[in-house]
Amino acid sequence: MKSRFELMLLGLLAAVGCKGPGDAAPAAATSAAPAAASVAAAAPAPAAKVADTGPIKVGILHSLSGTMAISETSLKDVALMTIDQINASGGVLGRKLEPVVVDPASDWPLFAEKARGLLQKEGVAVTFGCWTSVSRKSVLPVFEELNGLLFYPVQYEGEESSFNVFYTGAAPNQQAIPAVEYLMSKEGGAAKKWVLLGTDYVYPRTTNKILRYFLKGKGVADSDIMEQYTPFGHSDYQTIVADVKKFAAGTPTAVVSTINGDSNVPFYKELANQGLKAKDIPVVAFSVGEEELRGIDAKPLVGHLAAWNYFMSVKNPENDKFIADWKAYVKAKNLPDGDKRVTNDPMEATYVGIKMWAQAAEQAGTVDVNAVRQAVAGQTVKAPSGFTLSMDYKNHHLHKPVYIAEIKADGQFQVVWKTEGPVRAMPWSPFVPESAKKVADWTFPWVCGNCTEGKFKGQPATAAL
Amino acid sequence: MNIRSLISLCVACVLALASASARAQDLRQAAKDLGDTARVEAAVDVITQSKDPAALALLQALSDDTLRLDTAGTPFVAGEGNALSAVFGGAGKPAGALTTPLVDNRLRRQLEPALASFKLAFPDPKVRLAAAKDLAKSRNDELAPLIRAAAAKERDPEIKRAFGLALAQIDLNGSDKQLKLAALAAVTAAADGSFKPDLERMTGSASAKPSETDADVRKAALSALQAVNSRIMLISFVGNLFYGLSLGSVLLLCALGLAITFGLLRVINMAHGELLMIGAYSTYAVQRFFSSYFPTHQDWYLPVAVPVAFVATAGIGMALERSVIRFLYGRPLETLLATWGISLILIQTVRLIFGAQNVAVANPSYLAGGIEVMPGFVLTYSRLAVIVFASAVTTFVWFMLQKTPLGLHVRAVTQNREMAAGMGIATRRVDVWTFGIGSGVAGLGGVALSQLGNVGPELGQQYIVDSFMVVVLGGVGKLAGTLAGAFGLGLLNKLLEPAAGAVLGKIAILGLIILFIQRRPQGIFALKGRAAEAM
Repeated sequence: MKSRFELMLLGLLAAVGCKGPGDAAPAAATSAAPAAASVAAAAPAPAAKVADTGPIKVGILHSLSGTMAISETSLKDVALMTIDQINASGGVLGRKLEPVVVDPASDWPLFAEKARGLLQKEGVAVTFGCWTSVSRKSVLPVFEELNGLLFYPVQYEGEESSFNVFYTGAAPNQQAIPAVEYLMSKEGGAAKKWVLLGTDYVYPRTTNKILRYFLKGKGVADSDIMEQYTPFGHSDYQTIVADVKKFAAGTPTAVVSTINGDSNVPFYKELANQGLKAKDIPVVAFSVGEEELRGIDAKPLVGHLAAWNYFMSVKNPENDKFIADWKAYVKAKNLPDGDKRVTNDPMEATYVGIKMWAQAAEQAGTVDVNAVRQAVAGQTVKAPSGFTLSMDYKNHHLHKPVYIAEIKADGQFQVVWKTEGPVRAMPWSPFVPESAKKVADWTFPWVCGNCTEGKFKGQPATAAL
Repeated sequence: MNIRSLISLCVACVLALASASARAQDLRQAAKDLGDTARVEAAVDVITQSKDPAALALLQALSDDTLRLDTAGTPFVAGEGNALSAVFGGAGKPAGALTTPLVDNRLRRQLEPALASFKLAFPDPKVRLAAAKDLAKSRNDELAPLIRAAAAKERDPEIKRAFGLALAQIDLNGSDKQLKLAALAAVTAAADGSFKPDLERMTGSASAKPSETDADVRKAALSALQAVNSRIMLISFVGNLFYGLSLGSVLLLCALGLAITFGLLRVINMAHGELLMIGAYSTYAVQRFFSSYFPTHQDWYLPVAVPVAFVATAGIGMALERSVIRFLYGRPLETLLATWGISLILIQTVRLIFGAQNVAVANPSYLAGGIEVMPGFVLTYSRLAVIVFASAVTTFVWFMLQKTPLGLHVRAVTQNREMAAGMGIATRRVDVWTFGIGSGVAGLGGVALSQLGNVGPELGQQYIVDSFMVVVLGGVGKLAGTLAGAFGLGLLNKLLEPAAGAVLGKIAILGLIILFIQRRPQGIFALKGRAAEAM
């Protein structure tokens, strides 16, 4: 009798320990890397072996299975579309781009392993990838060790600026802070109480930390803020939605959602089923766009909000062309769900990132990582968001406009607020005391991503050679 | 009549006509302004003040998203198909292209009390009640005289109570003592939680001094606050009970199949989660079939999916038993490994057929939404349906085990295989059928899961651990054990979650189970007797 139960517990352990297929034996992969380990050596480390002739290999590192596949698969598709477009107009430096697509399956240590494979075995010149911050933190040490280049297209929590990463997604001051300011204003409902709801990992925790400091600075008491976290893949939101209603009773309240991945589907279904209306308790999400809404009936969700730097419904000639190209590509490649496919902010950021890299490589005359890295700074692209986006000269982030929009019954968004023009990113939040002192500036004399003093302060320029 | 009165009458008429046409002009101009985001707020105010019946039509259409403006600014209401009706009467031919005015949350917040103010005097009591409830949600000082008049005329007690709450929103913040006491009486009777911040402010709970100076009013406010707090606690408790029941029913559906195969056959089936997943995908396949061939009867896919999922997973289970598991009876370690390998094969097969990403299974219309039983507590139809479905499945399994000849044979084989064989029961055949039924029940669990969460190839991996926990906790061999385990875990989880959060709650549950198993390894309900001990 006892031995059977010992076997049962063994079986349980096996089930819990092995997360099923898609989880390769964790090799030398490191997970949960510390933030912004600045490898600002005086002379850059030797670049990974990248071929000089023949097609240029370009890595695409997005989850095509698992909980994040709902969000990341479209990024892979739009990256392939952009690469096709560049190849059709002659490629880069006369050479065709060859995409190398790998699937890290929403498994963070596997991201690091696949990144290493791309850099060492495939010899890619550049990688476009990652969505969750934990995946980015996992691959960061690999890119810094092997001196690779990563373009990261998703909005994130800031508190990072790596020598080897270019961030084409929003920093908190380009998404989270303007959204909260809008909800505080009379237009947005003059919220007095706040619910911070997120998936349990680094991005929501850090963003909520920044928002707490920000709200405190605006005079919101701690007792007026409710913070809740759920694990990846969580699907039972009954208690949480009921708690939100209880917390909000009698006072204008807003919910800030940093829930990521397919948990958003049961979350929004529960909001709809429990009758949480946007005019009473608006929910603004930072990781939900047109793609995540595709699988849900949006009629009960009308009025809930999202904050991004691009929406499919923004009207301008570049966006019209982008959407038309995308729809044609979906049809030509017979992608699943055909004409129901949509464009969203991370797709636009992927598109802009690839174009900027291509322009930088042309300008530098080589795909060598060190040369291209210098050339990316200052690149501009007339983007589908309706503005000319430019890569900052110093901090590896894009200047992006901010749009706040409400969900419409057809799953599209209508913009209710936007900035006049692109906003410069502040990777180190001025609201968090420890971060406010830090500077991300990769130009001389700072040459660092998270320091309070220039690395070459007071020295002549030759010291950096 | 003398000349002077005649002249004054004429002047009065002219003035009345002039002001009426001016108001009508204002109304038309305001309708035009609805398309201008800078002027829409003021325009809605103007329309709200108007006595013209077209005003209500304008605001209602704006709120329903059916208002259209042509290039001249003339308003139309879009009906079924492409029907258009002009708001101010007339031919109804729009000049140029139609635009839809932008409606955002700010406008919706303004429209809610505005529409309610029109509906206060409607003959239909349901409309009046809804209007009164809308007005009770926030403080609308400018509508106070209108609400008071409507409340005075009202005969229906429920609507009168709602009006009382709407007035309470205004009066609690006013200065009239009698009105305040009346307002507090209404709040105490309704025990409405949305007044809690106001009451706390008045009585000085939290950290601030009481804002209310009058002792009588403060006392009334305190008793109102107590009523409100105890109501909130009651609603929380009932809510958590329901959520615990619904989580328990999900766990029950997942674990019942495993209880049959493990409890009755002693087979550790690591592919059980994948059988759940196949049940969910069968539902998806049936939905796709319906949307291709019977698009008008989409909602009927769910009742059809139930037997389809049962048959599909039972078939796969029986094939599994015949091909792999029957060679491994009595060798639990090998069964564990073999079934784990099969689970990987099943996951990859589904990936190849349906793709690696989630598939969207839409809830039928009768399972969307919920019913608000108490303020703040909504019984969602989908969860209610899962509870009912779980009870139906449990009853079916119980009936099958207790009342059918097959069930008799299954129980006999479980208790004493040699004796049952000696009595002439085909034990091998009974094994196949038992495994098939256990797998079929897992398929039914998958149907329920498809309605509640995401359907992807890894669905089974999320529920396998919970299923084993329920079976181990409840004890093998008895249906009652699985019931106790499932509902016990569900209720415990949901009672812990508000206090500890979802993540810590799960950890606490795991810890408690480990401690429980240490003390009582055979689970809550255990089979007794020599045959059972000898398992």
